[in-house]
Amino acid sequence: MRKLHHFHGGIHPPSNKEQSTRTAIVRAPLPSRLVVPLQQHAGETAKPVVQAGDHVLKGQLIGMPDGFVSSAVHAPTSGTITAIDMQLIAHPSGLPNLCATLIPDGREEWIERKPVNCRERSPAELQNLLRMAGVVGLGGAAFPSDVKLRIGAGKVGTLILNGAECEPFITCDDMLMRERAADIVQGAELLRQLLDADEVLYGIENNKPDAIAALQQAISDSALNHEAIAIPTIYPGGSAKQLIRVMTGLEVPSGKLPTDIGVQCFNIATAFTVHRALALGEPLLSRIVTVTGNVRNAQNFEALIGTPIAELLALAGALPDTDGYIMGGPMMGFSLPDVHVPLVKATNCIIAASKKLFPPPAPAMPCIRCTRCVEVCPADLQPQDLYWFAQSREFGRAQAFSLFDCIECGACSYVCPSHIPLVQYYRFAKSEIRAREHDKQLADQARERHEFHEQRIEREKREKAEKLAAREKAVQAESIPGSQTLTPQQQAEQAELEARRAHILELAKSEVEHAKE
Amino acid sequence: MLSALLVMSAIATVLGAVLGFAAIKFHTEGNPLVDKIDAVLPQTQCGQCSYPGCKPYATAIAAGEADINRCPPGGEEGIQKLADLLGVEFKPFGSDTAAPKPKSIALIDETTCIGCTLCIQACPVDAIVGAAKQMHTVIAAECTGCELCIAPCPVDCISMQVIEEKISNWKWKYPLQASGAAAAQISATGAAR
Repeated sequence: MRKLHHFHGGIHPPSNKEQSTRTAIVRAPLPSRLVVPLQQHAGETAKPVVQAGDHVLKGQLIGMPDGFVSSAVHAPTSGTITAIDMQLIAHPSGLPNLCATLIPDGREEWIERKPVNCRERSPAELQNLLRMAGVVGLGGAAFPSDVKLRIGAGKVGTLILNGAECEPFITCDDMLMRERAADIVQGAELLRQLLDADEVLYGIENNKPDAIAALQQAISDSALNHEAIAIPTIYPGGSAKQLIRVMTGLEVPSGKLPTDIGVQCFNIATAFTVHRALALGEPLLSRIVTVTGNVRNAQNFEALIGTPIAELLALAGALPDTDGYIMGGPMMGFSLPDVHVPLVKATNCIIAASKKLFPPPAPAMPCIRCTRCVEVCPADLQPQDLYWFAQSREFGRAQAFSLFDCIECGACSYVCPSHIPLVQYYRFAKSEIRAREHDKQLADQARERHEFHEQRIEREKREKAEKLAAREKAVQAESIPGSQTLTPQQQAEQAELEARRAHILELAKSEVEHAKE
Repeated sequence: MLSALLVMSAIATVLGAVLGFAAIKFHTEGNPLVDKIDAVLPQTQCGQCSYPGCKPYATAIAAGEADINRCPPGGEEGIQKLADLLGVEFKPFGSDTAAPKPKSIALIDETTCIGCTLCIQACPVDAIVGAAKQMHTVIAAECTGCELCIAPCPVDCISMQVIEEKISNWKWKYPLQASGAAAAQISATGAAR
C-alpha cells in the first residue's frame, strides 16, 4: 500500500456526479454542420491548409500547427468545407475566432490510417506524430501533449495519469475509465516509453470505485507494471500540482514545472488519445463530454469536435427553464456566450443552468478578513491579500504575493461569507499583468529599433561626409595636374605666368584705390 | 606627535586608495536616472512631448527641465509611474498636451501608395518596408503608433487603425458587477454549495 500525502486546504462541494453516470457513453449522431475552430489548444492558432469548397476526408489535416506550442486540427468527418472565417467560439470573451465550417457528406470516409510501430521510431518522431495528430491535454487546459513530452524527456521518474476528476458534475473521465480502460493503459505505456519514466501511477478519487476497478483489471490484463491508486475525494485534488503532492509528497516549487522535480502529469483521456493516434493512426477527432445539469437525461456523449453544443443539449433534453450554459465544471468553468458554439477539444462538460439549480449570487459584501479563504487555499496563498491588491490595482504587490501560483480553483470564492467573486479579481489582475509585460516587451523592442535607427542615420551622415571629403581631395589633386611631371623649363614658364598675373592684380587694385581717392 | 601624524596620514592614504578604486570599479556611463525614466516611457518615439523621442524627454526630465505629464501614449498610469520613480506628486495632463488615444497602428493603403519613401524616412523604428517607386507596407508587429508617417505622405494613404480586441489580446475585466461569465461562475459556485 502506497503512502499518500495531502495538500493544504481544499473543500468538499456536493459532487453531483451520479446523474450522468447511470447510462453508458452514447455516440452522438452526425450533426448536419460542424464548425471546427483552428485554435482549440493553448498556444498559436493552426494555419488553415484547406479552402472553402474543398472536399475533405475524415481525419484529413485542415489546420497545420504553427509555432512551438501549437497543434494540428483535422476534419472530424468527410464532407465539404464551406467556409473558413471568424465564428463565435466557446471562450469567456464571447469573441469570434478563425473556424472551418464543414458540411458532412454522411459517408464517414477515412483518410489512410497508418498505425505506428513505436519501437521502430525515435522519440522525436513520435512527438511530431502526436503534434500532427492534434493530441492535446483533455483535462481542460488543452496544452499540446508533444510539448510536455519534449520538455520532460529524460527528466521524469514518475509518470502520473490524472483520473481524479475532482470537479462536481463532470464524469467524462470516470466513464472513459470504466468503459475503455485497456486503451488508456496502452496509451499510458506509450507515454512512459516516450518519457523513459520508471513508474506509472494513476490517481483516481475514491468516489469512482468502478473506474478504479476497471483500471486495475486492465493493468493486470496487460501485465504492465502500472499502479492505479485511490486518492481521497477533495476539491481540487485533480489539479496537477495538488495531485503530484498527494501521490508523491513532492511540491512543485513556485514558478517551476513538474518535470523540474522529476514528475510529469497527463490526463487519462489524453493517454487514451495517444493510444488512438499512434497505435491506430487516428488523429483526435472526437471526445467524451458530460452533458448534465438542468436536463432530462444527464449522460456522456462521444461527440465529434465541432458539434454544435445546442445539439448535444437537445439530445440530453434541456428543460424549458434553462437560462444559461456552462462549459467545464461549476467551479472553474465559464458561461458560454451562445449555445450554438461548437464543441472543442477542451470541452469536458456542458452544464445547463437554471435559477433553481444555480440561484443568483448574493450581492458581494466587504471583506471582513475572516481568513476562511486562507484555510481552504490549496496553493498556500493569502487570498484576502491578493484580493486587496487586485481590487486596488496594486499589481506589483499581488505578484510579490505569488498571484501566479493561484490555480483559480475557486475554493476561496466558495467559502467566502461575503460572497466576493475572488477568482474574478485574480483573473483580472493576472491578465492585466500579462498585458503590461507584453507592452513592456514591445517597448523594449521599439527602443532597440529606435536606437539602431539613430545609429544608422548617424552612420549614413558620416559616410556621406567621408565620401564628400574624399571627392574634394580628388578634385583638388586634379586641379594641379601632375605638377611633379613638368620639366624645369615648363615650371619656370608657369612661375613667370603667375608673377605676371599677380602684377596685373596689383595694378588693378591700385587703380581702384586711385579711383576712390 | 609624529606617530599621530603618521597614523592619520596612513589612514588618509588607505581611504583615498579605497575611494579611488571604488570610483573606477563602480563608474557609470551617463546618468542612470535617464535610463530608469526611459524604461518607464512607452517608447513610441512620437515626439508628442515636444522632445524628439523618448530618450531626449527622459534626459529633460532627469535634468529637471520637463514636467512628467507630457507623454500621452503613457497615459495617466505612465505619469503615476514617473511620479513614483522620481518621488514627486502626480500631475494630470496639461491643457497643451494631446489627450491619450487608444493604441493603434499605421496602415498603408497599398493601392494609393506611390512609393515616395517619405514615410520610410519618417519612421523612428524602421517599421516600414519598401523602395523608391515600389509599394510600401507597415510591419504591424514593429509599429509603435507614433503617427509620424502620416504628415509626410503626399497622397494621404496612411491611416491609423485602432488595435481591436481579439481572443489573443483579450483581458478579463474588473469585476464591477457579477455579469456574464462572472455571474455564471458565482452562481455556479453558489449552487454547488
